[in-house]
Amino acid sequence: MITKGYTITSAQGMHARPATQLVKLAKEFSATISIKKGDKTVKMNSLLNILLLSIKSGETVALIIDGADEVSAAVAIDIFFTDTLKHL
Amino acid sequence: MKGIGVSPGIAVGRAFVIKKSAPATNGIVLQSKEEIAAETERFNTAVLNALAEIEAIKNSSQLMLNDDEIGILETQVELINDPQIREDVLAKIETEYNTANDAMIAVTAGIVALFESMDDEYMRARSADFQDIGNRILKYINRNGETNNRSSFAPDTIIIADDLTPSDTITLDLNLVTGFATQAGSKTSHAAIIAKSKGLPAVVACGDELMNINHNDFIILDGLSGFVYVNPDEATIRKYSAKSASFRQQADLYRNVKHLPAITADGTQIKLLANISSADDMDMVFDNSGEGVGLFRTEMLFMDRDTFPDEEEQFEFYKKAVISAAGYPVTIRTIDIGGDKHLPYFNLPAELNPFLGYRAIRISLDQEALFLLQLKAILRAAAFGEVSIMFPMISNIKEIRDAKAILEKAKKELIAAGTAFDANIKVGIMVEIPSAAITADILAKEVDFFSIGTNDLCQYTLAVDRMNEKINHLYDPFNPGVLRLIHNVIEQGRLHNIHVGMCGEMASDSLATLLLLGMGLQEFSMSAASIPTIKNSIINTNIARAKQICADVMKMESSESITAYLKETTL
Repeated sequence: MITKGYTITSAQGMHARPATQLVKLAKEFSATISIKKGDKTVKMNSLLNILLLSIKSGETVALIIDGADEVSAAVAIDIFFTDTLKHL
Repeated sequence: MKGIGVSPGIAVGRAFVIKKSAPATNGIVLQSKEEIAAETERFNTAVLNALAEIEAIKNSSQLMLNDDEIGILETQVELINDPQIREDVLAKIETEYNTANDAMIAVTAGIVALFESMDDEYMRARSADFQDIGNRILKYINRNGETNNRSSFAPDTIIIADDLTPSDTITLDLNLVTGFATQAGSKTSHAAIIAKSKGLPAVVACGDELMNINHNDFIILDGLSGFVYVNPDEATIRKYSAKSASFRQQADLYRNVKHLPAITADGTQIKLLANISSADDMDMVFDNSGEGVGLFRTEMLFMDRDTFPDEEEQFEFYKKAVISAAGYPVTIRTIDIGGDKHLPYFNLPAELNPFLGYRAIRISLDQEALFLLQLKAILRAAAFGEVSIMFPMISNIKEIRDAKAILEKAKKELIAAGTAFDANIKVGIMVEIPSAAITADILAKEVDFFSIGTNDLCQYTLAVDRMNEKINHLYDPFNPGVLRLIHNVIEQGRLHNIHVGMCGEMASDSLATLLLLGMGLQEFSMSAASIPTIKNSIINTNIARAKQICADVMKMESSESITAYLKETTL
C-alpha cells in the first residue's frame, strides 16, 4: 500500500473536470485507489463521491493506493497532482 | 427584465421557449423477484442507452465539439457510470421494492439536496448537473431506448428555458442559436460555462417572469448588463443593433486571435503576459488568452490599511494569485512604494524629488526586516506554481547583490523553520533606470532575467516628470535615446543568454510592437485587455520585416520621423 499527500493547486479546486480526469485515470489500474480529505475517505471510482468531498484549492488530501500495480498507479497519480492538475 | 449577464454580447432574434415537466413517481411497490429483476434490468439498459447516446455524440465529427464540450461529455459519462449512484438505485429497487423510475427519482433528489446544501457556489451549481443526469437516465427508463434527434432551429433563435443542462447542449443544436436566457442558474452553472465557451451572449437567473415569454416573441438580450427586452420598441431595437455591430467587430478580432498562438508569420513564438494587481485579475488574463503574469504588482496589498501585512497575510495574497494562474508563470515584483505611492502607516518623509528619492528597492534594502517578510512570503507562495521574483528600481550591481543576499537569508530562515518553498526561484530586475539599461551587460551576470519598465525608464532618461502636464509632450518613448537604451537591454540579454521581457506601457502600444520584435523582444506584458490587439499585430507580421523596421528606425534622428514612419509601415 502506498500513501501520499498532496495540496490541491488548481484554482477552482477539485471541480468536475479534474475530478473526471482523475476517475478516468484511476480506472486504468487494477489497484484500489482512495482519496481522503479530513476524516472522510472515498474510492476514486465514483465521481459523485469525489465531488461530495468538496475539495478546494489549497486544501490537502491523501491518496491511498493498494494493489498489484500500485507503484505505476502512484507514479501516474503523482504526475496528475503535481503537473496535470495545475492546467485544469 | 434583468438577470445576470454571463457571456458578453448582444443577441437579437426570435424566442424559442423550452418548457420541461418534472419527472413524476408512480408509487408502485414491486411484488416479486421477477419484477425486481425486470426493474434492475430496466435500469441497467437505461444506463447503457444513455452512455451509447453520449458516445455517439462524442464521436460525431460533424458537430465539431470544442474541448470544453468534450470535457462536459466525459463528466456525463462518468456520472452515468457512477458506481455509487448505481449502488443506491439498485438498493432501492432490491430492498425497498421501488420501480427503477421511483428509485432513480429518489436517489437523484437525495444527491441534489446534498449539493444544494454546500457552502461553495460552484458546488451548489453542480446540483443542476446531477438533476440532469437523473432526468437523462429516467428518460431511458421510461422510453426503452429510443434516442432523441437533435432539435434544430431557424437562424437567429434565442432560447428561453428554465435552465440549460448538459443534456440540452447535447440535444439542442446550439450552432444556430444566437443567444439564450434562463430562469435559473448562476455564474458557474452549466449554461454560463457553455455560453462562454461558444461565445454566445447569455443571461441567467432572470426569474419567473422569463417564462411569460411566448414562442416567436422578439427578444433582445445583453449578455454583459443582463438586460432582456421582450418585443422592444423601435428606438431600443435601433440602439441595440448599433451596439451589437460594434461589439461584434471587437469580438471578431478577439475570437479570431483568441485561440491562435502568438506566433509571427515566420514562426517565432512570442509570449504575451499580463500585468495584474491581485488574484481577481486572473479571469481577465485568461479571457484574453494571456499566458501568465509578467508583472504582479504587490502594492495593492499594502495600501488602504493601517499596518504592514504580516508574512502569513502576504503569503495568502501571493498564493491566491499563483494558484489562480494555474501553472502559468507569475513574476512577482517586490514592493514599489515611494515616488507617487504612499502608505498611511509608513512615514515617508516629504521629499523635493520623490521620484529620485527614497522608494522601491531603496526602501526594501534599508528596512531589511520588512523586506525579509515579503521575500519569505513570496518564496512560500512559489511552491504553488511557476514563480519568479523581481526587484524594482535597480541602479547598480551592489543593489542586486544585497537584495540576493537577503533572499538567501530568507531561504535559510524558511529551511530552519521547516517551511515549504521554492529554493530555485528565478531572480530578475526591472530595468527602468538609465544606468541599469546602459550597464545591462554587467547586470546580466547577476540575474536570470530583465523586465524593461518603460514608464520610469522614459521619465528618467528624458528628465521628464510624467505627472507634469506642461512638459507632457517631452515624455516620449519613441525618443531615439530611449529606444537605444531599450535596444541595448534586449541585445545584452540575448548575448548573455538571459530572458528579457517588457512590462511598461510600451508593451501594449501597437505602434511599437513591430519595432520591439525587430529589436529581438520576445515577451510582452501588459493589461489583459490589450493582449488581443498586440497578438493581432504579431500574427500578421514576420521577424524579417520587423528587423528591417528596427534597422530603419535606429538610423532616424527624431521621434517625429520615427512615429510617422511606424504609423505608415505598421498600422
